[in-house]
Amino acid sequence: MTALAAAADTGVSLGTGEAVVFWILGPLALAGALGMVFSRNAVHSALWLVTTMLSLGVFYVVQEAPFLGAVQIIVYTGAIMILFLFVLMMVGRDSSDSVVETLRGQRIAAIVFGVGFAGLVGAGIARATQDLSAEGLDAVQGGETSNIEAIAELLFTRYLLAFEVTSALLITAALGAMVLAHIEREPGTRLTQKELSRARFLTTDRPQTLPGPGVFARANSVATPALLPDGTLAEDSFATGIEPAEVDQMPHPTGRPQLGGPDDALGTRDGASGGNRS
Amino acid sequence: MDTVPADGLLSASWLLIALPLAGAAVLLLGGRRTDRWGHLLGTATVAIAFVIALACAFSLDDRQVAVHLFTFIDTGSLEVDAGLLFDPLSAVFALLITGVGALIHVYSIGYMAHDPRRRRFFAYLNLFVAAMLLLVLGDNYVALYVGWEGVGLASYLLIAFWHERPAAATAAKKAFIMNRVGDVGLALAIFVMFAQLGTVTYEGVFGSVGLLAGGTVTAIGLLLLLGACGKSGQFPLQAWLPDAMEGPTPVSALIHAATMVTAGVYLIARSAPIYDLTETARTVVLVVGAVTLMIGAIAGCAYDDIKKVLAYSTVSQIGYMFLAVGLGPVGYAAAIAHLLTHGFFKAGLFLGAGSVMHAMDDQVDMRRFGGLARKLPITFVTFGLGYLALIGFPFLSGYWTKDAIIEAALDRGGVSGWVLGGVAVLGAGLTAFYMTRLMLMTFFGRARWAPSAPGRPAPHPHESPSVMTVPMVVLSVGSVAAGFLLVQVFPLDEWLAPVFGEPHEAEHVIAPAVVATVVTAVMVLGVLAAWLFVGRREVPVVAPERVSVVTRAARKALYADAINESLFMRPGQWLTRALVWVDNRGVDGAVNGLAAGLGGSSSRLGRAQTGFVRTYAMGMLGGAVLVAGALLAVTAG
Amino acid sequence: MTLAHYLVLAAMLFTIGAVGVLVRRNAIVVFMCVELMLNSVNLTLVTFARATGTVDGQIMAFFVMVVAAAEVVVGLAIIMSIYRTRRSASVDDANLLKY
Repeated sequence: MTALAAAADTGVSLGTGEAVVFWILGPLALAGALGMVFSRNAVHSALWLVTTMLSLGVFYVVQEAPFLGAVQIIVYTGAIMILFLFVLMMVGRDSSDSVVETLRGQRIAAIVFGVGFAGLVGAGIARATQDLSAEGLDAVQGGETSNIEAIAELLFTRYLLAFEVTSALLITAALGAMVLAHIEREPGTRLTQKELSRARFLTTDRPQTLPGPGVFARANSVATPALLPDGTLAEDSFATGIEPAEVDQMPHPTGRPQLGGPDDALGTRDGASGGNRS
Repeated sequence: MDTVPADGLLSASWLLIALPLAGAAVLLLGGRRTDRWGHLLGTATVAIAFVIALACAFSLDDRQVAVHLFTFIDTGSLEVDAGLLFDPLSAVFALLITGVGALIHVYSIGYMAHDPRRRRFFAYLNLFVAAMLLLVLGDNYVALYVGWEGVGLASYLLIAFWHERPAAATAAKKAFIMNRVGDVGLALAIFVMFAQLGTVTYEGVFGSVGLLAGGTVTAIGLLLLLGACGKSGQFPLQAWLPDAMEGPTPVSALIHAATMVTAGVYLIARSAPIYDLTETARTVVLVVGAVTLMIGAIAGCAYDDIKKVLAYSTVSQIGYMFLAVGLGPVGYAAAIAHLLTHGFFKAGLFLGAGSVMHAMDDQVDMRRFGGLARKLPITFVTFGLGYLALIGFPFLSGYWTKDAIIEAALDRGGVSGWVLGGVAVLGAGLTAFYMTRLMLMTFFGRARWAPSAPGRPAPHPHESPSVMTVPMVVLSVGSVAAGFLLVQVFPLDEWLAPVFGEPHEAEHVIAPAVVATVVTAVMVLGVLAAWLFVGRREVPVVAPERVSVVTRAARKALYADAINESLFMRPGQWLTRALVWVDNRGVDGAVNGLAAGLGGSSSRLGRAQTGFVRTYAMGMLGGAVLVAGALLAVTAG
Repeated sequence: MTLAHYLVLAAMLFTIGAVGVLVRRNAIVVFMCVELMLNSVNLTLVTFARATGTVDGQIMAFFVMVVAAAEVVVGLAIIMSIYRTRRSASVDDANLLKY
């Protein structure tokens, strides 16, 4: 109640807790932003950006906008950043930027302009809002009316038209993405299975599929290569970019050799020609 | 001085212009098909025009007849009717032009017989006659101007008739350009008239010119005089006329002796009501006439080219006419009379000179003539009669008309009268000298004939065919009788009274008989001097180099060309070069520089379109910084 | 500790995002930087909503998020199709539209 009285006079006073949150998450958000710009690897950039966005989400919650905070975390950090990563993986995550700047003066100019912009806008904001009193949202969403209800009330009355237009925008965007990502194929140009296999036999020296990871091994992780029948590693099953792990072989069969069993047929029993040995 | 509408035959006087014009059109447009009979058609149109002019003149009796044809220009307040004014003054001019013109056409049939382009020559001659008739018959200054330019064009075409000769082409250009100087004056005079009086008809201008301020009238007079000087080869625009002798000789006779060059005299005489109001302009006319008279006479003494001597003689004689018209009312009739007689004898002299050249294989150097009197008897007699008329041998044409001018000059009284009269008398003596020199060098003495050009056979002089001699005979008869007829039998001043007013008996300062005696004595002195210097001894074949300063100056026509060159041509060339330089470097440079600058800067600006999205984004950020800075500056400041 | 702190933080984040757009060449990272800029704007909107005592700012931020989602979908699809034709995700490699 004292807060309400204060809001009537000088606005909502920002509490110490908020200050603590700000001074912890603010630098974190800045660090995330800087990290995003300076990471050479695009995946790292994305992760740095996630940091910033999460911090911002918390800021929203602190600033009496819990709905936006939730949306920030779910939509931005959840959906959009996943989409980014998804595309990154499709495009190739190893396509990291070269450090050489090809445009002459681009970096210097960018820094000069950036510093200038930050200085000017920051100074302007600082001057204009030095003693900006926080009115607080208690009047519209305090008490019985929750934040979501307050937003919904406005959204479906004053901003109804904009909301509807937004839905059209989203549909258009979805359609646009489909059109852009779709690969047009002439009907009949798609190769049949027969043609594909013929091509495989003609062009490569390996007609069959590559062995999956972990065949005849005790683990099926991508790091575990498959084993050839003689127990050696099948190089064809090596995953790209991953050191092949130690292969933990399947336990040897302990039972007596059965007549007509697969070991008999393949001769894979321990000791090569085991069937004949005993 | 009332003008009455045309009636009867006079209303057909437009045929005078239409006939030669139609002849020119047929000959020029008809092409080679008219080659065989073109000269006959050209001669016929002018001959018929002469008959019409004669009939018109007889039916005129003291009237001024206006013939309205059609509205020529009608723009706002300027309305020019194409109309003709047939009065005694234009009548005598029409008679002179068609009469002498017809004779010279006939002569040309023989003279141009061997020229492949004879048909075109006749077309140009017809064009000239038509334009000249329009000049003298028009009832307003614009019609006069059209004719004025028409004769200028015809003159240009005819001087350059043998345009394959560089000298002829250059002479034609010179004539055209120097005429242009005068034409500008005439055009300006017409502009001033229209601006000040709102009309350009003779009737309107003369009726209201008295209302104008004296300065304006003087300006109009001087501008008209400039035009007259250009066309008539008067000082300071006299230099083109001798060069115009590069044209065929009939052209020299018709255009550059008898008719076109007297257009200036006609212009001033026609504008008499204007000059009557401005003593200043008249004085200038007098000075121009006197100066030209002397220049022509002096230069005529030194040249060896028979046609150039005659040309300078023409310049000098027209100087007499200018002198006469400058004297005012007492002199107009005398000037016109001298103009007519001069038309006869000078045309005759030129035809004679043409006949001599015809005989001498187109040689014009008098030092290569000599002893032709026997070989060319008819030419000699007719030429001799013209010569006597020109020098003012008693009771021949020149005697009557030139004496009248000299008398009028002396009657002016006072110092100016004595000076002008003295100049005129001295000019008469010089005329006698150079014409006698010409006669002696051409027809007497030893034959000094030589091929006209290396590699051509030596000439065998022979008399010209009768188609050439008959016009010469007719003209020589005119040379002998015209003066007596015009002054004594059929007084021209009475005939012209409707135009210039009744002749009034001047108070003679010196008795006419005394004047006549003195002039004749001076003339005899000139003849004797010529005989002493030229006739008595052998004529050197090559002009002597060691001569006095005066002779050298006279040979250069008193340095007229040099003066023109240094005063106008070279500064003009410098100006042209400077302007070309300014045009090339300044104007073109500015235009090209602007274009190159724009092209260069646009391609340099185009370099900014690198195609890199990040560059464009940089521009956006830069713009955002600028906007933020500006906002901050505005709000903070 | 005032609201201005949030705003200055948002300005700094925005600037970092803008500089990132300028200096990074990987189209996806550039996109991330754009998202960062949008997020910083959202922060200011939320802050101003609190300052003015209305939720309009929050609604604006909400719309920004929706539009950003749509933009990301289309943008990533464009990056995909560019990558498919040019075998590169670098924004510098798509520079045919020039002088």
